[in-house]
Amino acid sequence: METMALSGELVATGLRKWYHPKGQAPVHVLDDCSLNIEPGKLTVVMGTSGCGKSTLAYILCGYLNPDGGQVTMDGQLVKEPGSSRIMVFQETALWPWMTVLQNVVFGPLARSSVSKEVATQKALELLRKFGLLEFKDKYPGQLSGGMKRRAELAQALINSPKVMILDEPFRGLDVMTRELMQEYYIKLFEETRLTTVFITSELEEAIFLADRILIMGGTPSKITHTLEVDLPHPRTFDVLASERYLEIKKEALEVLYGDSMQDI
Amino acid sequence: MEASWWKSSKFWLMWVGYIIAVAAWYASVKWLPLDSFNRLPDPWSVITEWFSPEPVYGVSIFTPIYYQHIFYSVYRATASFVLAVVLGVPLGILMAWSPKFDAYASALVGLLRPIPPLAWIPLAILMFPGIELAVIYVTFLVAFFATVMNTYVGVKSIDPDYFRAALSLGSKPRDILRHVIIPGALPNIFTGLQIAMGAAWFSLAAGEMIAAQYGLGFMIFESYNLIQFPTIVIGMATLGIAGFMSSAIIRVVGNKLMRWRVQSFGIGG
Repeated sequence: METMALSGELVATGLRKWYHPKGQAPVHVLDDCSLNIEPGKLTVVMGTSGCGKSTLAYILCGYLNPDGGQVTMDGQLVKEPGSSRIMVFQETALWPWMTVLQNVVFGPLARSSVSKEVATQKALELLRKFGLLEFKDKYPGQLSGGMKRRAELAQALINSPKVMILDEPFRGLDVMTRELMQEYYIKLFEETRLTTVFITSELEEAIFLADRILIMGGTPSKITHTLEVDLPHPRTFDVLASERYLEIKKEALEVLYGDSMQDI
Repeated sequence: MEASWWKSSKFWLMWVGYIIAVAAWYASVKWLPLDSFNRLPDPWSVITEWFSPEPVYGVSIFTPIYYQHIFYSVYRATASFVLAVVLGVPLGILMAWSPKFDAYASALVGLLRPIPPLAWIPLAILMFPGIELAVIYVTFLVAFFATVMNTYVGVKSIDPDYFRAALSLGSKPRDILRHVIIPGALPNIFTGLQIAMGAAWFSLAAGEMIAAQYGLGFMIFESYNLIQFPTIVIGMATLGIAGFMSSAIIRVVGNKLMRWRVQSFGIGG
């Protein structure tokens, strides 16, 4: 994983997207939406719910094609989903009919990139690291919310992606588990420096995790503001009490508040 | 299962249900001042006939002919059911997977499905050489449509994220079929199979009454024509037992194939 560091530059330029719901007027979701995800950085995309964050994530992944504009990764045009950009979905996307281990080894086996023994070995290592080794033969339905999210991370990381795209990954977790998972993810990120796009609607989560926050707004939406978060790494929850954190939070609130005032 | 299953109130309530039903039957036959009901056999005469080594009307658990009827019915139901599964599950998957095939096949299935199976009997007799195939065909039809529809719904109801995740991990269509579509649709497929099995017995009995020389449906109708009333009820009870057992077998197989559901949600046989 260490060798993966500092690749995975994701650039979106001038994305446009309409939805065409049946029997209704087309909805213009994204207009001239541009962004630049720096390799080795954790970029948070923030916006109110329904502003098109998930649409943007799907386009970055290659699940959706934009109606205008383009996405490139390390200079290559993104046309379809691939294992170099792995997405962790809003609701859990572990297959409920596979055990935890089967879920994790799925990617390498589907691509026949390595032998079953090697994939299993790697999966077991990841599960040990994520504290899930003794649950390897359980089905997802038998795990707690936090364990499921960790299993998903293992399922994604085994593919050595260049970019991780997480679409509100900790939504639906209780506050305690959510904080634990945030701490967990920031540690993982600091260890791997895996380029990450983290989508959320929670400001505190955004500031705690981000190197840079992109704020989405407007209808149709685009990236309206960029905030650099220069809080030190390794990051712990202590930063939430620091002065710099409060300054950034104030700045972010002004931006968000200003935006929503315009909307009204 | 727990060793003390006989202590559970569920078990005793089941028997209370049976006893009330039999008592109501006995009362209506014996005490209801209606001639039409008085002609019916009472529970006791059915039981004595069913378990008699020398049955008055020739059919009991000691006579080979009883098992011959059972064999024919079970054979026809099984053949129809297996055909329905082998043809219906792939068709359902194909319809749900390929929009083009869906557009082409859905209208046809939608039009053919509502035709009652019994309406097919004359055509079936004309189409097939021999009664046997005709009865199997009619039985197959209902089971087939139930299987197709439930498989279709099962595939359609799989969360799109399960497909997206498989795609982004680099799955080929074959892997998606094997690891996402089939296991994802399996709960609905098995619901469909339960319905298909029930429907198969239903139309089998009807088909045998009209066109067959053996089978429980035939046995019931023949006994009616020959005024052997206890044998009618023996045939009906045997159909009930056969239907119950076939459902139970499907349930057991389903639970074996879907251990994840049993373990995750505690859904057990």
